[in-house]
Amino acid sequence: MDFSAILPALPGLWEGMLTTLQLMLLGVLGGVLLGTLLAVMRLSHNRLLANLAATYVNYFRSIPLLLVITWFYFAVPFLLRAITGEDTPVGAFTSCVVAFLMFEAAYFCEIVRAGIQSIPKGQMGAAQALGMTHGQCMRLIILPQAFRKMTPLLLQQSIILFQDTSLVYAVGLMDFLNAARSRGDIIGQPHEFLIFAGLVYFTVSFAASLLVKRLQKRLAV
Amino acid sequence: MISIQNVYKWYGDFQVLSNCSTEVSKGEVVVVCGPSGSGKSTLIKCVNALEPFQRGDIVVDGISLADPKTNLPKLRSRVGMVFQHFELFPHLSITENLTIAQIKVLGRGKDEATEKGLALLERVGLKAHAHKYPGQLSGGQQQRVAIARALAMDPVVMLFDEPTSALDPEMVNEVLDVMVQLAQEGMTMMCVTHEMGFARKVADRVIFMDQGQIVEDCAKEAFFGDLSARSERARQFLAKILQH
Repeated sequence: MDFSAILPALPGLWEGMLTTLQLMLLGVLGGVLLGTLLAVMRLSHNRLLANLAATYVNYFRSIPLLLVITWFYFAVPFLLRAITGEDTPVGAFTSCVVAFLMFEAAYFCEIVRAGIQSIPKGQMGAAQALGMTHGQCMRLIILPQAFRKMTPLLLQQSIILFQDTSLVYAVGLMDFLNAARSRGDIIGQPHEFLIFAGLVYFTVSFAASLLVKRLQKRLAV
Repeated sequence: MISIQNVYKWYGDFQVLSNCSTEVSKGEVVVVCGPSGSGKSTLIKCVNALEPFQRGDIVVDGISLADPKTNLPKLRSRVGMVFQHFELFPHLSITENLTIAQIKVLGRGKDEATEKGLALLERVGLKAHAHKYPGQLSGGQQQRVAIARALAMDPVVMLFDEPTSALDPEMVNEVLDVMVQLAQEGMTMMCVTHEMGFARKVADRVIFMDQGQIVEDCAKEAFFGDLSARSERARQFLAKILQH
């Protein structure tokens, strides 16, 4: 084992890590937005909306993420061509972001739904009694309380996504893992680089988990 | 001000309200009492359409609730409601609790809303707590804030749904005092409550409900005066709650 080759490779690995973090961040942000919309739909009295959202969630929770990533890699350019009528070049990065946010939205939806349902019914009644519309009740009263309660779960899910971003190797995107692996292969020291990558993933994820646990304790009081 | 006309309500097969009719005039204070499960809370929640009903109509300040074209949020903004469990918004400070609906629903400016909110807070004796959060106040204090929050909307009528039932006994009076003061100022009020002392003091009429029906609807003096003229069910109820 000779780890000396890792030091000069660090700038390249850092670039990979930036891609990983960008994927995660955009996936989480988009996923939470879409997931919240889905959750509100699932809880609405409109049967059609509720069923649409339920179908979406059940579908995406029943197929592997790797499939979604490869599928969107081919589907996104195709769909854009169908919509705009011209060839729109879409990089692997964009198609992966779309894949992550659509996939994660299904999971975030269930977290947000549980969060909304944990708020006492009387809060909605009180907000309505003050003359707020359903949208105002949700936006001003229910969701702010729900998000506070579910922050630990949302972060936990984000940590899982941090690890799952490594699946983008399937479409050739240079995330952290792919950067480490390819560099190891070129230099001829694949094991050292993979061990190092593992250590980095573990350190980041585990430290983040510990932080979430501390946060959970603080929020629980 | 409020006209309840032959209202029926079912939860599935179960009938909660059956042919309920009554009127509340401007400036009148009406107390609704009855055993639990008699439908009194449901009835009062129908008045601002928090609970839907299937038959009949309720007209509040000339606006029909049964009319599908009625803008319910707008109507509710003119009807104040106080709940058994206060339902202050825990993520907002007391001041924000008092101003959020003024700003977002009535479109008042922040300064105007804050001024109005603080004036009402002073009126319920809690001005010093403006910056706190609901969780830092006692039950009685929270309920007084809830009353101020409803009053901040300049309601034409106030509905109270068992406002003192969730309070420790020593806190009941501070809330009742605020309600008595309101009644004496001429506010139109419909109160679901078991506080018969309150009813005797300020009510104009008392409604007694049982099994989803309005069994008694008469002037306070008649209700508490001549028990022999009351229905069997009302007499049993009164005997139980007035004994101690």
